[in-house]
Amino acid sequence: MATTTTNPLSTFEDALDELGVALTRTTTDEFAATLDGVVRAPAVGTPLPFDVAYPDSVAVDPTPAALERAATGVTPASFGVANYGSVFLPSTADGAEPVSLYPELHVPVIRAGDVLPDLPEALDRFGETARADAASAIVGTGPSATADMGELVLGAHGPEAVHVVMLDE
Amino acid sequence: MSKGRGDKAAEIRRLMATEGPAIEENTKGFNRKRQAAVADLENYEELRTRAREIKEDAIERLPELIEQLRESVEANGGTLYLADDAADANQYIREVADDEDAERVVKSKSMTTEELDVNDALEDDGVDVVETDLGEWVVQLADETPSHLIAPAIHRSQESIADLFETIFDPDDPPETADELTSFARERLGERIRDADVGMTGANFVAADSGTMAIVTSEGNARKCAVTPDTHVAVTGVEKIVPSTDDLSPFLELLARSGTGQDLTAYVSLLTPPVDSPTLDFDDDETPLSERDSDRDFHLVLIDNGRMAMREDEQLRETLYCIRCGQCSNSCANFQHVGGHAFGGETYSGGIGTGWEAGIEGLDTAAEFNDFCTGCSRCVNGCPTKIDIPWINTVVRDRINRGEEPEGTDFLVEGLTPDAESSGLDLDKRLFGNFETLAKLGSATAPVSNWLADTAPARWALERVAGVDARRDLPEFQRETLVDWFERRASTVSDPTREVVLYPDVYTNHVQVERGKAAVRTLEALGVDVRVPSVPSSGRAPLSQGMIATAEEHAHDVYGALAEHVDAGRDVVVIEPSDLAMFDREYERFLPAASAERLQERSYEVMEYVYGLLENGADADPLRSGDSHDVAYHAHCQQRTLGLEAHTVTVLEDLGYDVATSDVECCGMAGSFGYKDTYYELSMDVGEDLAEQFSTPETRDRTVVASGTSCLEQLDALLARPSRHPVELIAPP
Repeated sequence: MATTTTNPLSTFEDALDELGVALTRTTTDEFAATLDGVVRAPAVGTPLPFDVAYPDSVAVDPTPAALERAATGVTPASFGVANYGSVFLPSTADGAEPVSLYPELHVPVIRAGDVLPDLPEALDRFGETARADAASAIVGTGPSATADMGELVLGAHGPEAVHVVMLDE
Repeated sequence: MSKGRGDKAAEIRRLMATEGPAIEENTKGFNRKRQAAVADLENYEELRTRAREIKEDAIERLPELIEQLRESVEANGGTLYLADDAADANQYIREVADDEDAERVVKSKSMTTEELDVNDALEDDGVDVVETDLGEWVVQLADETPSHLIAPAIHRSQESIADLFETIFDPDDPPETADELTSFARERLGERIRDADVGMTGANFVAADSGTMAIVTSEGNARKCAVTPDTHVAVTGVEKIVPSTDDLSPFLELLARSGTGQDLTAYVSLLTPPVDSPTLDFDDDETPLSERDSDRDFHLVLIDNGRMAMREDEQLRETLYCIRCGQCSNSCANFQHVGGHAFGGETYSGGIGTGWEAGIEGLDTAAEFNDFCTGCSRCVNGCPTKIDIPWINTVVRDRINRGEEPEGTDFLVEGLTPDAESSGLDLDKRLFGNFETLAKLGSATAPVSNWLADTAPARWALERVAGVDARRDLPEFQRETLVDWFERRASTVSDPTREVVLYPDVYTNHVQVERGKAAVRTLEALGVDVRVPSVPSSGRAPLSQGMIATAEEHAHDVYGALAEHVDAGRDVVVIEPSDLAMFDREYERFLPAASAERLQERSYEVMEYVYGLLENGADADPLRSGDSHDVAYHAHCQQRTLGLEAHTVTVLEDLGYDVATSDVECCGMAGSFGYKDTYYELSMDVGEDLAEQFSTPETRDRTVVASGTSCLEQLDALLARPSRHPVELIAPP
């Protein structure tokens, strides 16, 4: 669990599987069609810093009211942590944080090349941006959960499901 | 003692009955998952070492780090306020709320805000304060206090939460299942968060170099509280500062595993506020998020409230390394049965709670619950920052002993208690702390002493005066001590392979003499030359009563009595695990480092020593073999912390015994704890777990063996069949 000696991508896949997080791999060309099949309507998203197009089913840059109505939020992940199945979700001025938080399904989009082996490496990279640009991020590991009501329930305040879409380049 | 012993016993009885079952199920579940999670983590010890180093360094440099953090937060556009105490912090937070014209403040879980009672302060100003962590909300609705550091409503069952919601909200379709209760809470809290003016969170760690705080959560409510309202107030203790974001990963990798056994919680918010996220007005259906402003206010309120003084306190300083994971509660047998409403102070609970409450509230508060720590040490190996939690409890107990005015009738036992303690010490502590003196007198006058002590008037007096519960059997002193017996016999070994000193601990010497004789026969049968000199008691008894000065005197005397043997190349073999644990752990604090190390290196638990002899080629034939004899074995708590359970099991199995082991953290007796009338029923309740494990169809016909004196006494009280030390099984006749 602690160190990754194998390929980070297969470790990442296993970790997501253990968390109950779905993973769909796609290419930049196929992205729109793939995402279209993943989202629950109504879906909203924030602009992605990758060379991809959103499908029509996702309303990009929604209003707060549209966000509140949405069932799916699509946001970029700046990197993944292979051994935990975590994604680093940057807090951006176009609202990636609330879009990843309020809808019942969260779809983080990550490039395969951004999956890092472990947490120290991910924090190293995050730390640079925190110091230089006062960056913020959420390390998300599986769906929102609580055990406060007597047993484990998914979807406490945040999304009840997470579906990672990974871009192979 | 502000409460009488009887009142306290009644309160414990009430909590065991009402909150005990839910707490037991939940804490034991956390504890099991924690054990599995850390076993899977191959660099676990490395991470603990690193976490410890970072905390030591950060607390050492705290004043400098606070200033660095202030610069970082201000450069980011936020405000840092360093509050001297709770009143100061509350005043500042009230002013922030007032400046924002706040009608409602939504909060995520924060024990530090519980410490401040900030909710009451804001409510006095007419502000609606809503806890949004589901467990914390339950506690708020029920007007209770958290019963656990990380799981505030751990004392409540699903049914009791359903009843609470029904009573308070009277819904048409009352929620019952965990799913329904969660949806019900999420909906109501979602509405409150949507319209809140200020969001308040805690912070688990704050990096001085960037002003980034890490908030570790699972539900997502802290994320919502931090970004939904325009104003974010983060409240945290000064000890949460670490130098850099680079220091966060060992803590994040340890925190969830140590607490609930998860690898990571669902969310770690790494916020460097004020954040860039746009402000949210959910009624706005015109402006896209990217065009909304991100005009946010951020206030970091750092709390001193006694912490800087703890930093200067050589003994309490370690408490500041605590990352509030709750491991020391989950792994504690007493906590598992009573929870934090008994084993806790104003805010903090469990073993480390003693350190926090002593530093923040004072000794009086710590004194209310400090006795629940029996020093069993089961929390020690699981503490992510390697805090010696039993030692903190011992130190605080010592200070309580010295700080209080004398009560009771000291003159009765003055002559029996040649200790180094002040006269403020409670009579029961003084009696148990000086057990060696009692034992000497008991043996010298046995069997008359046993007959007298067991008479009804004597038991009545013992309970009235010293709190010794009349329901307990008293130890039966043997007229002939182990040392006397040994002096009168000749060694059976002519050509010894090794020489050992068998340490005659007080119990083996005066009460359980048979296990001592069995140890001598076993060692001699394996070709070892044995000596049993008269050596003073280890100091375990006074230490467990918080009588540190007395325990230290014992340490010097014991070392003096054993040093020459060690120099002569003799190993020290110890039967009683709690005494070996003194040599191994506590003597470091009493003796020069080289002396402590020398004794430590040469000391062995008796079955560990037998294991070593057999591994090194000793002939096992003279020992009594098992012939598939079925055995149920309970290792001693401190023995397990020292990693010495496996040696006994291996020796027994190699000799042909079929061994089933218990997995309870402690038998519940814990030296004197189970004798005290205040705690007798709790002790028996804890012991029942062990009795159950040894009464299953698989175990109920097995011969019971246990390594500790206390465990043997407890098992004798719990089970109809007798129990004995494992060395008595294997010793030749």
